[in-house]
Amino acid sequence: MAWFEDIKLGETLELGSHIFTAEDIIRFAEKYDPQPFHTDPEAAKESHFGGLVAAGWHIAAVWMKLMLETRKNQPEEKTPPAPDGRAAPRGGPSPGFFDLKWIKPVRAGDTISYRATTMEKVNLKSRPYQGILKSFNEGFNQDGTLVFSFIGQGLVERREPFQAQTSDL
Amino acid sequence: MIYWEDVTPGTSFITAARTISKAEIIEFASEYDAQPFHLDEEAAKNSILGGLCASGWHSCAIAMRLVYDRFHINAATQGSPGITECRWKKPLYAGETVKVKVTCIDARPSESRPTMGLTNWTWEMTNDDGKTIMTTESWLMMGRRPEGAKPVGEI
Repeated sequence: MAWFEDIKLGETLELGSHIFTAEDIIRFAEKYDPQPFHTDPEAAKESHFGGLVAAGWHIAAVWMKLMLETRKNQPEEKTPPAPDGRAAPRGGPSPGFFDLKWIKPVRAGDTISYRATTMEKVNLKSRPYQGILKSFNEGFNQDGTLVFSFIGQGLVERREPFQAQTSDL
Repeated sequence: MIYWEDVTPGTSFITAARTISKAEIIEFASEYDAQPFHLDEEAAKNSILGGLCASGWHSCAIAMRLVYDRFHINAATQGSPGITECRWKKPLYAGETVKVKVTCIDARPSESRPTMGLTNWTWEMTNDDGKTIMTTESWLMMGRRPEGAKPVGEI
């Protein structure tokens, strides 16, 4: 990954797609969210969804899976080390997310394509060697309909420590 | 069956507690969040998180299951439109025992669907020491109580 300072805002990364098979939907839901419309195709028909739909956390977990696979498959970036010798960032943990929306149901057999767009960089006085990168993440089904979105956050290492100005929060 | 009418702002409950194993953390991470601090004890010790810990998305899924077992299993739940915010405040380390405190903060009828109501909730996942691991604020759609069905009283 690029250093925090070098990340450009408004850039979109295509993350690839995932087919939510009935087996896949049921396997996740039996473990983590066994509401009948996620686990039982017959009962799901009687629900207001009208058929089997993927658990919301399943749709979110697949975003994470594809994000990591995309980063891993990117050509070796020639991100130079920091002046103090630290190697290029590999992506860090997240403090959480905002505005996660399950907009339309993801049904058995749907193919969801995800993408991530860099949105905002936040300097941290408390962590001079890291900043928070906010990104807008979306999932579209095979008809191009937006089914899922959220604002994600990740800690990214800085090339040089942040020096807070008196005007910074 | 718990219907929308049975939930009002202030309705609150605590789920059962569950111990999260190293094996479960690695299994989830292998499929969905294959970063070293979720997969490998040695690598995790040297990472910013200080030890093997669950993926944040795994913590969300674990919380979902705990709340399902305490609430959804007996309630006319009809899906969630989304999560207003989720904060991963502390890592959930392997071997920790967690539970979730769930509190309703708002309830309103659905304008577009007369058979449904919306409920707004906060979830707080805590560990053995009572420290907060994760908080969320989210919406849940629930079915309205059909005529003739009895109120449930205590949830």
